[in-house]
Amino acid sequence: MDSKRKMDSPESNVLTRSSPFPDEVLERVLGLVKSHKDRSSVSLVCKDWYNAERWSRTHVFIGNCYSVSPEIVARRFPNIRSVTLKGKPRFSDFNLVPLNWGADIHAWLVVFASKYPLLEELRLKRMTVTDESLEFLATTFTNFKALSLLSCDGFSTDGLAAIATHCKNMTELDIQENGIDDLGGGWLSCFPENFTSLEVLNFANLSSDVSFDALEKLVSRCRSLKFLKVNKNITLEQLQRLLECAPQLTELGTGSFHQELTTRQYAELESAFNNCKNLNTLSGLWEATPLYLPVLYPACTNLTFLNLSDAALQSGELAKLLAYCPNLQRLWVLDTVEDKGLEAVGSSCPLLEELRVFPADPYEQDVVHGVTEMGFVAVSYGCPRLHYVLYFCRQMTNAAVATIVKNCPDFTHFRLCVMNPGEPDYLTNEPMDEAFGAVVKNCTKLQRLAVSGLLTDLTFEYIGKYAKNLETLSVAFAGSSDWGMQCVLSGCSKLRKLEIRDCPFGNEALLSGLEKYESMRSLWMSACNVTMNACRRLAKQMPRLNVEVMKDEESDDSQADKVYVYRSVAGPRRDAPPFVLTL
Amino acid sequence: MSIPLEHDYIGLSEAPSMERASDKISSSSSSTISSESEKSTALNLRETELRLGLPGSESPERKPQLGVSLFGKDLEDKTNGYSLGSLKGFVSGAKRGFSDAIDGSGKWVFSVNGGSEVDLGKGAVLFSPRGGNGVKPLGGLDNNSAQKSCMPGPAMKDVAAPSSPKPVQEKKPQASAANEHASAPAAKAQVVGWPPIRSFRKNTMASSAKNNEDAEGKSGLGCLYVKVSMDGAPYLRKVDLKIYCNYMELSSALEKMFSCFTIGQCGSHGLPGRDGLTESHLMDLLHGSEYVLTYEDKDGDWMLVGDVPWEMFTESCKRLRIMKGSEAIGLAPRAMEKCKNRN
Repeated sequence: MDSKRKMDSPESNVLTRSSPFPDEVLERVLGLVKSHKDRSSVSLVCKDWYNAERWSRTHVFIGNCYSVSPEIVARRFPNIRSVTLKGKPRFSDFNLVPLNWGADIHAWLVVFASKYPLLEELRLKRMTVTDESLEFLATTFTNFKALSLLSCDGFSTDGLAAIATHCKNMTELDIQENGIDDLGGGWLSCFPENFTSLEVLNFANLSSDVSFDALEKLVSRCRSLKFLKVNKNITLEQLQRLLECAPQLTELGTGSFHQELTTRQYAELESAFNNCKNLNTLSGLWEATPLYLPVLYPACTNLTFLNLSDAALQSGELAKLLAYCPNLQRLWVLDTVEDKGLEAVGSSCPLLEELRVFPADPYEQDVVHGVTEMGFVAVSYGCPRLHYVLYFCRQMTNAAVATIVKNCPDFTHFRLCVMNPGEPDYLTNEPMDEAFGAVVKNCTKLQRLAVSGLLTDLTFEYIGKYAKNLETLSVAFAGSSDWGMQCVLSGCSKLRKLEIRDCPFGNEALLSGLEKYESMRSLWMSACNVTMNACRRLAKQMPRLNVEVMKDEESDDSQADKVYVYRSVAGPRRDAPPFVLTL
Repeated sequence: MSIPLEHDYIGLSEAPSMERASDKISSSSSSTISSESEKSTALNLRETELRLGLPGSESPERKPQLGVSLFGKDLEDKTNGYSLGSLKGFVSGAKRGFSDAIDGSGKWVFSVNGGSEVDLGKGAVLFSPRGGNGVKPLGGLDNNSAQKSCMPGPAMKDVAAPSSPKPVQEKKPQASAANEHASAPAAKAQVVGWPPIRSFRKNTMASSAKNNEDAEGKSGLGCLYVKVSMDGAPYLRKVDLKIYCNYMELSSALEKMFSCFTIGQCGSHGLPGRDGLTESHLMDLLHGSEYVLTYEDKDGDWMLVGDVPWEMFTESCKRLRIMKGSEAIGLAPRAMEKCKNRN
């Protein structure tokens, strides 16, 4: 092995004579570097470091599965145990990408089977995973431990059954928010009786019933179980029994929080929660009502993350609950809590760092409730540490946003969604340019920004001028001309992901980024004014970019309806379906 | 007549708004709509009829050539004459429209919420308001001047102005004659993938919204259904509060409904001279079998039935519960006391 490495780096003889570190030491030291960004930097120092890094790396993160091929990955990193892969463009979450677009994990698994037989962890986001792949995974990798699937599609509960049946050393099974074919809950019963290694189990978004008996037994025998998130079908009574088995849980996702309980059952449930002193994360709580929320209070002391996005709480209920959560850092709620609820957030959660407010009724235009700019402002006054926000509302003002970022200048993620496209400042009727201008001027650490409302090119001028740390930008129904996009492309030096839909940006804008796209992960433009010819030009001039177009059925031949541009060392896709045109 | 209230993200089948909308349309100052609708009604009655044909078997005109929302195809839209006259037509039209989409013929997609027959797999909403004329989609925009001034040229005239049930907005689309994507009164044109919410969350919220709806009672339809649970009964019932005029009627109806579970014994407590009396009557009825009738109001609090005037009760009642007297510790004694006082 040593000689092989020396062959790889002919200059190493010259360099290492003066280097104080033998390779082994270098590898040891670099092995402690965990962040993949740091590792990328390390690998660029010199050949020695490149090699030491690649031999010592055990985890690889691939942000775009088409940017590289599994063979290239395996060639460079021989000792990988854990892989994280992301597939489809983010807008596929909102149905802008047709089914069967690709990002199938199988080809990767086949290569991993021969190159990484000891693979332990696989974390996939927006990939297509079939039952066959899951079965292949389960039967091929004997050391496999952790599977996390987020926003994936293509598989059914049968695949999960294969995993449960064959993976003897499973520690983590995290099935989140996927387009899964739920054929029944029998998969859970497939864990063998002598299987005890599970530490993480999340099946919150599956809809069928699992056998409660099997679940209870599983939870009882897995003494290391730390994260348990059950689905909606688990009742309060059942939850109580699970909690009795596993008071050591640190993350809990409850089932339905509504059931007619007797007084005695209520007391038992209260007592069960009282014993869960280690909880730092709580979610689920479907259909929670004021009757039962109080059982949670004793368990909330150490909560740092409370996810109420499945519980349509009113402001009063939220306020009462938050009084028991002094250490809260992350809070997700539905907008049923309204501004009043957010005021309670501001007054009860001084340590809050992240807030996400989801709309309970996103498609109902007539709704008078929900949250407004007032709620957001209230939170900003009470929570100066706030740095991550995702906020869905129906009205906003420039002044409110200015106040918010003045109170909370540390925003790293600012995602504001005014739900009516092109909605102006409702008080002044002006565009929301100044709002986002304030954001980028004040929040120098801003990494991620999502804009909405009525916006002219001025917004993008501000972004290009001030958002020097911006890495991800999401734009929809905004801008006035190509100039806007050009400002962003030329100004945001750290930009990695740019996703645009329904904006008046055209060819000039697209082509102004010619040089830029290779330093980015990807660009998505849909329903803009880009033509096929411009895309062809881009593809021709930048051979290391993949330029892919998907056309809408009824548009004319010259329009490029959906454009996805990304850098790749693997060349054009070989598995592109017919509706994806690679230029 | 109660029109089945289906939930879908377009608000298509929210019959009440549609009914209101159609009322408004007919009374709106714009006469073009009504005449158009008559024309289109005449021309397209067939299309709006409830038919049992297989999906995809509709006439080709149904195709959304302008790629606008189902409602966006207003009454002015001659290529696709959906008339508001037939509610059922809309509802079924919506479904067929969706079928169009899955057949690949249509451009739009409807989401009907989790549990309904039309499942996109991702519960996706909507339809792209993009026109076939390659126009930039700006669906869901309000058709007001402030916006128009900032909108790029080519897109302006073809903006799919979203409809809204408010009568004011209907006039605007009429005004912009060139705008074929005029708003329809019943719902705003929905845009594909907007607001940007992940599918799983839509399904979750759909069901919680549904539960809230259930809890709040389906109002506005001319009926107000609330769930009635009785302690110890294996299943719940639903009653339409609107069909009763006072507590007495409600109580006797409940008594009949749950008679199989013991309340029947109180049936003969009949009551001349007690019409005005509310809670005591009810309590007498139920008191004999140790039950107390309670309800959950809009704030989520459990209240004793009979304290407030009937109308106020029906407005604030979300669900009913026939509670065992022993459970209603805080409530029952008061009730008994009141009964005693009345007596």
